[in-house]
Amino acid sequence: MKTYIKTLLAGLAVMVPLATPSLANTLRWSSAGDVISYDPNAQVDSFTQSVQHMVFDPLVRRNNDLVLEPALATSWEVIEPNRWRFKLRQGVKFHEGQPFNADDVVATIQRQIDPGARNRENLSAVVGVEKVDDYTVDLILRGPYPLLLNDLAAIYMMSKSWMEAHDALKPGNNTTGVTTYASNHANGTGAFKLMSYEPDSRSVFAVNENWWDKPQHNLTAVEFRPIASDATRVAALLSGELDMIAPVPLQDIDRISNTEGLKVMENPALREIFLVFSFRPELHTMPGKPNPLLELKVRQALWHAIDVNTIQKRLMRGKSRVSGMLVAPAVTGYDKSIDVPLPYDVDKAKSLLAEAGYPDGFKVQLACPNDRYIADEQICLAIASMWAKVGVQAELSTESKTTYFPRTDKGEFDVFMLGWASLPPMDGYSVLQALLATNDGEFGGSNTNGLSNAKIDELARSASVELDETKRVEMLKEAFRITHDQVLYLPLHQQPVAWAMSNKVDIPQFPDEYVRPWFAQMK
Amino acid sequence: MIRILSVRLLQALLVMLAVTAIAFIMFRFVGDPVAAMVREGATQAEKDALRATLGLDKPLVLQFIEFVGRVLRGDLGTSFRYQQPVASLLMSRLPATLELVIIATVMALAIGIPLGVLCALKPQAVLSRLTQSMTLVGISMPTFVTGLLLILIFAVNLRWLPSSGRGDLVDLGFWQSGFLTASGLKSLILPSITLALFQLTLIMRLVRSEMIDVLSSDYIRFAFARGLPRSYIYGRLALRNALMPVVTVTGLQIGQLIAFAIVTETVFQWPGMGLLFTNAVGYPDVPVLAAYLLFVGFLFVLINMIVDVLYTFIDPRLRTK
Repeated sequence: MKTYIKTLLAGLAVMVPLATPSLANTLRWSSAGDVISYDPNAQVDSFTQSVQHMVFDPLVRRNNDLVLEPALATSWEVIEPNRWRFKLRQGVKFHEGQPFNADDVVATIQRQIDPGARNRENLSAVVGVEKVDDYTVDLILRGPYPLLLNDLAAIYMMSKSWMEAHDALKPGNNTTGVTTYASNHANGTGAFKLMSYEPDSRSVFAVNENWWDKPQHNLTAVEFRPIASDATRVAALLSGELDMIAPVPLQDIDRISNTEGLKVMENPALREIFLVFSFRPELHTMPGKPNPLLELKVRQALWHAIDVNTIQKRLMRGKSRVSGMLVAPAVTGYDKSIDVPLPYDVDKAKSLLAEAGYPDGFKVQLACPNDRYIADEQICLAIASMWAKVGVQAELSTESKTTYFPRTDKGEFDVFMLGWASLPPMDGYSVLQALLATNDGEFGGSNTNGLSNAKIDELARSASVELDETKRVEMLKEAFRITHDQVLYLPLHQQPVAWAMSNKVDIPQFPDEYVRPWFAQMK
Repeated sequence: MIRILSVRLLQALLVMLAVTAIAFIMFRFVGDPVAAMVREGATQAEKDALRATLGLDKPLVLQFIEFVGRVLRGDLGTSFRYQQPVASLLMSRLPATLELVIIATVMALAIGIPLGVLCALKPQAVLSRLTQSMTLVGISMPTFVTGLLLILIFAVNLRWLPSSGRGDLVDLGFWQSGFLTASGLKSLILPSITLALFQLTLIMRLVRSEMIDVLSSDYIRFAFARGLPRSYIYGRLALRNALMPVVTVTGLQIGQLIAFAIVTETVFQWPGMGLLFTNAVGYPDVPVLAAYLLFVGFLFVLINMIVDVLYTFIDPRLRTK
C-alpha cells in the first residue's frame, strides 16, 4: 500500500499542465485540417506551410499586397547567372535566443536541398550554398532561373545550433517516415512562437516580443484548433469558442452573416477552375473515330455553349469571378486583354459544330470530382445539360478526389475538371511549365491529356531561363494568348474563399488563402 | 483445456489473416495517395519517384506479402500524413478514446441499470413510460444527429459546455489525461453522452426484460412467500441474477465503443483513434486505415476469445472432449 501511494505521489509530481493561452487579444481560429508537421521540409502541404509562416521567416516574404519584399535578407544581386548573393539582416534572434547569421542560412538551404527532403522540389533550381561572411550568403543555381525569389518566399529559416542540439540537421520526410525533434517543435524568427502542439487538437502561439519587424497586429496570442466536422466548426464559432473559421462551409454563409456579432468575408481566390480537353487521336466514347476535340471549332463551340454567368449567379452565389484564362489577376503573367471568356451563344456553338462536321453533335466523357472544388459536381451537371442543348452528349461521371486524380493522371477521361492556384510561386510560369508544355518527364507534369504545341514548348523553355523580367512576362502572356485563341483549355471561373469571424476581428483576406495573423487587429 | 485454447488461437489467427487481406484489398480501391501528396506542378518523374518510395509501384500480390510480413514483425508501417510509425500514432491516440469509452460505459451502466429496474418493477409509473419511449429515440437516432443536437443546445444556445476538443490536458508522461482539469471534464460531457446513449438504452432494455423474467421465477415467489424484505429480494436475489447477461453485453459493447467511436469523435473533434481514422480516409493514409482495421479486428478476436474461454470455465457442458 505504501509503495502504491508513493508511486501515485511520484505520478502527481511529474504532472505538467499543458500551456493555456491568456484570453487578452487571443485570436482563436479553426480550419478543417491540421498542420501535418512543424518541420518545414517534411511536407508539401500549402496549409501547413501557411501556419508555419507564423513561426518562421523566409529570406524574402510577401507583404500585404502579396508583393515580394525583403525579410531575413535585406538585399540581393545576381553576380553570375547561376550565383545569387544575399545580404542578411543583422540583429535578428531566434525564439530561443540564438542569433541569426549565415551559418543558419547555409544549414537551412542544405537541409532543403537534401535528397531526403520531402519538399526538395520547392527549391529545385538551387544546387549549393556558400557562406561568404557572417551576413552574406551565395546560392548556387543549376543555371539561370528567374523565379528564385518566388521560391525562397516559401523556404523558412531554421537555427543551425538548435538543429544540431536536437539532432535535426537532416530533414524529416512524411513518405519515408523520418521524424525529428523539428516535427513537433519549432524555433524560428517569426512573429509568433510555437508554445505547444497537440496533433488534431490545437497549436498555441505566443507573440514574439523580440521580433525584428515592427508588428502590424495587436494580438497577444494565437490559438489554432482544427475541427474536421463542418457543423461543429460553425457551432464553435456561433458559441463564441472561436473568433474565426477559415474556410466557412458554403451552406452556412447566410446563417452566419445573419448572426449578430459575426461577419463573413468572401473574395475570389487564386484557384482557377477549368475543363481539360483530350488531345489524343481518339475519344474513349468513340473508339476508331477521330477525336472531334482536335478541331478548334469544336472546342470553341463547347465554350460558346456554356453559360458561365448563370453558373456564377446560381451555383457560386455570385461570389466567383468568371474568367477567360488559367491564372488569376494577382499572378504574374495575367493580362486583362486575354482574360475574356467566349460569350454564351447557342446558335454560334451549333453553327461552329456544323462547320466542323458535327451538325448532330457527338458523345464525350465529362468527369468531375465531387469533393475537391466548390460546387464541383453541380457545375458539371449544369455543363452537361448546357452542352446537350447544342447536341453534345456528355457522359457525366463524378467521384471522390482520392480516386479521381489518379484517373486524370492516367488520362482516363476525355474532358475533365481541374483547378490550379499557381502556388506557391504565384507566377504564370507554373501553368506554362506544368499544364501547357508537352509532357516529356521534365515539363508538362500535369498535362496528362496529350496536349502538345511546339510554340508553347519553345516559350516554356525560354521563359524558364529568362532573367529579364519584362521579356519573361511577355513570353508568359504570349503562351496564354495562344492558349486562349486555340482554346487549349476551357476556363470557367476563379472560385471564392470565404472566412467567417467575430466582428472583433479585423484581418485582411488574401487570394492565396493563407491566414496571416501578423496582420490581424482585435478589438 | 490447452487444446481448446490452441484451437481458438488458430481460429483467431485465420480471422486476423482474413481481416488483413480484406483491409489490404479494400484500401487499394480508396484511391492513390500520390495525387494528394505531390505539390502542384510536380513532374511525372517526381510522381513516379514518390510512388516507388511508397512501394506502390510493385505488383499487388507482392505488396500484400510484404504487408503481412511487416505486420508479423510488428511493423504497421509509416503514416503517409503524419510521418510517424503507425503503431506509436495509434498508441498516442488511445488515451483519448479510452477515456471517452470509460466514461460512456460508466454512464450507461449507472443510468441504464436503475432505469431498467424501475421499468421492470413499476411498468405503469410515469417515469417508466417516459423512459420506455425515450429509449426508442435513443436506439433509432443516428449518433451524429444526437451529437449535433447536443452541441446546438448546450454549446451554441446555452453556452454551458464546449462544442469540441478535449480541453486542457495533464501530461502524465505516458498518458495525456483530461480527467484532472475542469475544462477537460466539461469537454467530456457531451461526447460521452452521445457515445453512451445507444449503450444506455440497450442496457436499460436488457435489465428490464431480464428483471421481468427473473421476478416471475419460482425462487423469487418463494422468497416473497417467506416474507423476506423487498429490498433484499429485488437487490440481492433478483438483480444479481438479471445482471449476468448485462456483464457479457457490456464487455462486448466496450469493444464496439472503442472501434466505432469514429462518428462521435469526428463530430466533437475528439483527438482519439476514430478521428485519426476519419482524417485518414480523406487523405487517403492507407497505412493508418489498414492498421486501424487490424486493430479493430484484433480487439474483437481478443474479446470473443476471452468470452469463449470464460464460458468454458463457467459452464462445464462446453468443455467438450
